[in-house]
Amino acid sequence: MEAEQRQDPGAAAVAATRAGEVPVIGPGHTYASVTGKISEIVLTTKTPRGWIIGFAISFLLTMMLLFTIASLLVKGVGLWGINIPVGWGFDIINFVWWIGIGHAGTLISAILLLLRQEWRTSINRFAEAMTLFAVACAGLYPLMHMGRPWLGYWLLPYPNTMGTWPQPRSPLVWDVFAVSTYATVSLLFWFVGLIPDLATLRDRTKSRPLRVVYGMLSMGWRGSAIHWQRYETAYLLLAGLATPLVVSVHTVVSFDFAIGIIPGWHTTVFPPYFVAGAIFAGFAMVLTLAIPLRKFYRLEDFITMRHIDNMGKILLATGLIVGYGYLMETFMAWYSGSQYEQYMISNRMNGPYQGYYWALIFCNILTPQLLWFSRFRRNLLALWLISLVVGVGMWLERFVIIVVSLHRDFLPSSWGMYHGTKYDWSMYIGTIGFFLALMFLFIRVLPMISIFEMRTLVPEPDGKAKH
Amino acid sequence: MERRRLYGVIAQFESPGDLLAAAQRAYAEGYRKMDAYTPMPIHGLAEAIGFRRNYLPLLVLIGGLFGCGAAYLMLWSIETIIYPLNVGGKPFNSWPAFIPITFETTVLFAALAAVFGMLALNGLPMPYHPVFNVPSFALASNDRFFLCIEAKDPKFDYEATRKFLESQHSREVSDVEL
Repeated sequence: MEAEQRQDPGAAAVAATRAGEVPVIGPGHTYASVTGKISEIVLTTKTPRGWIIGFAISFLLTMMLLFTIASLLVKGVGLWGINIPVGWGFDIINFVWWIGIGHAGTLISAILLLLRQEWRTSINRFAEAMTLFAVACAGLYPLMHMGRPWLGYWLLPYPNTMGTWPQPRSPLVWDVFAVSTYATVSLLFWFVGLIPDLATLRDRTKSRPLRVVYGMLSMGWRGSAIHWQRYETAYLLLAGLATPLVVSVHTVVSFDFAIGIIPGWHTTVFPPYFVAGAIFAGFAMVLTLAIPLRKFYRLEDFITMRHIDNMGKILLATGLIVGYGYLMETFMAWYSGSQYEQYMISNRMNGPYQGYYWALIFCNILTPQLLWFSRFRRNLLALWLISLVVGVGMWLERFVIIVVSLHRDFLPSSWGMYHGTKYDWSMYIGTIGFFLALMFLFIRVLPMISIFEMRTLVPEPDGKAKH
Repeated sequence: MERRRLYGVIAQFESPGDLLAAAQRAYAEGYRKMDAYTPMPIHGLAEAIGFRRNYLPLLVLIGGLFGCGAAYLMLWSIETIIYPLNVGGKPFNSWPAFIPITFETTVLFAALAAVFGMLALNGLPMPYHPVFNVPSFALASNDRFFLCIEAKDPKFDYEATRKFLESQHSREVSDVEL
């Protein structure tokens, strides 16, 4: 029958097996086993001890973040190490670092959806959550950097008694729109993906209060065929919208630098190089989270070695693009013939911050080369360590771009040194704790793998009808 | 059996293939007011039960165009009428500098239209629906596939419709009470 050829939810899994690769879902799974296994992680009344310990630690770090913010509000941004000439320090480094990490979530959920990469299915949900929490952490930095965050709404264009307007020709105003749109669209994308799974939780929970909560969140989703049709249209269109969005967001972030005239910032290679760097850092973070989660919750059937291997390959590919970016920065500095550009590069390599630069080359260029070998891509511990090294490397990259470019510009009389203070560090470590605390809460109360999309990977059972 | 007010009759299937075949036969039989309920999207099912017009892409296009126009209008009016600033002698209406914000706002409004349009067209949130009265309907979000023929269908006849659904390799057929 023609219609039966059209619909075959198991086609993905079958096709994967045919190609001789590890399938994207372990063998022997049915719709019910997929539903049961993923929803059980949320609906169990026994909270794993590892979860409690992990959450407690990240919660303490969140408290440290709140203490830092409170101190900052009382005393002002003078607590940070920023001053002239380095007016952008940890705040902007960490803003760019976190935003970049978020980008892998959108890449997995939107771009890989459009490219019909079925293996994205089991990692997209928590990658999207990661995006959302990373953007929340990123947003804190510019907000706190304002010094008077309660006046943050001044960033928006609205008629006011001061008679002033933001300057929409400035990349910093573009950034406000880019980041707030990105946060909103990421939230919508994530929530829309959750609706059918919330309905599953509503139908499976035995506790009445939980049924009410999940019921309200699922908005009465009943899986009607007509609803699914519009749902899939909406999901696909959102993916299509999020794809250029994610590219534009980090492009705009890179404009914050590229439009400036500081040597080391004023570079046309910045937009593509920032986007690749963002995906590089983001995939590193996905691996950093996925490898322990997979082991702890025994999700080897859903996050198979094929997923791990593919993510390793993407890490390698984006790492090479980033390497090309470093190469071009250096080449263009020489080729430009501008003494300021040339000094900037030699100052990076031999100046007072040279340790940061060479550590960055080690973390982002040398270490990922191990991923050429499948022995490293398939070794969980090695891959996890590489992902951590890349995460550090991407932080160093932003440090080098921001601090090392600012600290010595055109006039030697205005040169200076910058170091993060203990408040800079406690804010940075505090946001890592905040991010992890949100992740811990997320995996406890919401399904970390998309249940309904996993069902579409299950081979179709034999029905009663004779085909 | 006491006949209470009926919303329709619902049949439960074990596989998407069975449901799709039953939906196609029901449509061929002349049933029009029906809906299928599945734990995941099944391609071709909405068409099989007679769903034709999906207005969502149009809504998203309108949302995107609105965002695009509104953003450019806002930037243009700020820069040329409300608060013109001479920056290096560049034109007030310097459109290349307006592109990033116009683009972001286009995406924002298109995405809002996609999500809220989908919910509105689907009639969600809707906490109560008669199909939830069927005890086994909880499986519609797990591993079972349902086809409900509604009582308001002109061709609906309790006995005949029930018999029809029972003959479709269904696992069980139940009444949906209002």
